Amino acid sequence: MRPILMKGHERPLTFLKYNRDGDLLFSCAKDHTPTVWFADNGERLGTYRGHNGAVWCCDVSRDSVRLITGSADQTVKLWNVKTGAQLYTFNFGSPARSVDFSVGDKLAVITTDPFMELTSAIHVKRIARDPTEQTEESVLVIKGPQGRINRAVWGPLNRTIISAGEDAVIRIWDSETGKLLMESDKDSGHKKTITSLSKSADGSHFLTGSLDKSAQLWDARTLTRIKTYVTERPVNAVAMSPLLDHVVLGGGQDASAVTTTDHRAGKFEAKFYDKILQEEIGGVKGHFGPLNALAFNPDGKSFSSGGEDGYVRLHHFDPDYFNIKI
Amino acid sequence: MAIDKNEPSKLRWGELEEDDDLDFLLPPKEVTGPDENGIKKVIEYKFNEEGNKVKITTTTRVRKLAKARLSKRALERRNWEKFGDAVREDVGSRLTMVSTEEILLERPRAPGTKQEEMKVAGDSLAQLSKGGAVLMVCRTCGKKGDHWTSKCPYKDLAAPVETFVEKPATSEASAAAPGAGKGAYVPPSMRAGAERTTGSDMRRRNDENSVRVTNLSEDTREPDLHELFRPFGAVTRVYVAMDQKTGTSRGFGFVNFVNREDAQRAINKLNGYGYDNLILRVEWATPRTN
Repeated sequence: MRPILMKGHERPLTFLKYNRDGDLLFSCAKDHTPTVWFADNGERLGTYRGHNGAVWCCDVSRDSVRLITGSADQTVKLWNVKTGAQLYTFNFGSPARSVDFSVGDKLAVITTDPFMELTSAIHVKRIARDPTEQTEESVLVIKGPQGRINRAVWGPLNRTIISAGEDAVIRIWDSETGKLLMESDKDSGHKKTITSLSKSADGSHFLTGSLDKSAQLWDARTLTRIKTYVTERPVNAVAMSPLLDHVVLGGGQDASAVTTTDHRAGKFEAKFYDKILQEEIGGVKGHFGPLNALAFNPDGKSFSSGGEDGYVRLHHFDPDYFNIKI
Repeated sequence: MAIDKNEPSKLRWGELEEDDDLDFLLPPKEVTGPDENGIKKVIEYKFNEEGNKVKITTTTRVRKLAKARLSKRALERRNWEKFGDAVREDVGSRLTMVSTEEILLERPRAPGTKQEEMKVAGDSLAQLSKGGAVLMVCRTCGKKGDHWTSKCPYKDLAAPVETFVEKPATSEASAAAPGAGKGAYVPPSMRAGAERTTGSDMRRRNDENSVRVTNLSEDTREPDLHELFRPFGAVTRVYVAMDQKTGTSRGFGFVNFVNREDAQRAINKLNGYGYDNLILRVEWATPRTN
């Protein structure tokens, strides 16, 4: 396949997200401006100007009208996807790390980093239909986990919130009361910081990637570990194909951390694994630095990867991808 | 004062005698749509910083990447106006590019097997490896599975490097004493005891061992020719003529051997050889010299 290279960001990529229809791709990077691209040919549509710090995460509403972004400048902003205008700004006391719209887009879960005296926290905010009615107040604030929470998402039917972070423990919280319902087992779970979390298309299971060079598949209701995928590199980003039973892991130690030099450039790859057999199917090379973001198009026929090199690579699969057999 | 307008015999766009007040007009943009190879030409005219008329010709290859079956809302979004930093984006911006390399989903290999061996297994080795026979590799000619090094029919290939080094001894060029007296700088290639001949001498000799191969199939590339001619001897250079527009071979190529005898043997054996459903024609590249 011929990947489309998009170099709109000057700094490393942090997050990629497709909209529900799969025609727009939103990219966040450390360079303060989230960008939206057309997902078929990679043409840039626009940028959202306003943040003053690295943008860590974003999410788009199901109708592709609203965009929410979380940034290191301690704000979370709501944008009009079409015009790029800022609709609302939520202020926090520390950098915002992860944002996620609920099913129905009426609520959003936001995590903030530990900063000075503040511990990390999970905030739930109500999102009004009409941006003029938007208020700052939180529906729920959960404090508790030690260390940074790298990702928090809504569980099935918005009944729970699933969080994962630096302490390598996955926690499931009740979204109405804020009570801790379940915690992943310290021995069977990850051993190092969980860097990424990705839900399946139907929300019944999710995949976590960690710096301990593995990724694990969990049931979203019972928090039992279903599968484990082992790689040779720390995992920074994970994604699940909505169409086939494939799991993609991206990561890689930064070149400066490795002592031996390799003459091949562009060798950081996204590794494909069979979801059920846990075996490696193959790798897609090309990035010049570790991969930080991965996202599958909801139709499953293309995927994109963002790296430390500032490039977004959009891949449309060849027909034989769909015929791969182990 | 009326300007006399003659009918120009050849219209040169830069010298068109327009009326003075129409000087700010530029010829319209021309688009020659994608032809059967997908080549699209866009000719635009602009004024550059010095106020001169500039013609910009952009030649692109239009390639259908993916079928985008867009929903109604997605189609509406396609027509949205650009905002933010993308507002002043022109066609020539290089933000989005299709990769020049073909990137594949590389299947993992079992440790110990090499990629070439998997490929070669397809042809002559298939029956051998199936029978459980050991892979025989001859160090001299590099041909796999036929014979051991000691039984190599191309034994004279044994030390192509040494035979090459012997030849310079007969050349006079390097033995020439440096000019301009004793204290002058002598480049290493011209010092006494210099190993190689003058470069052009070597290259000329190599081009005399050049073999032209015609009636190649469309998919034939340099590695294929190299693989085909390698058993006859050391090959210094392979070249396959390519059509830039379609990316296929134009049906002919050249192979340069180190030794003339290898080239002669290759011609004898491969002329008329069936390769990829076509009969090859293999001959000397230049009129045969003695």
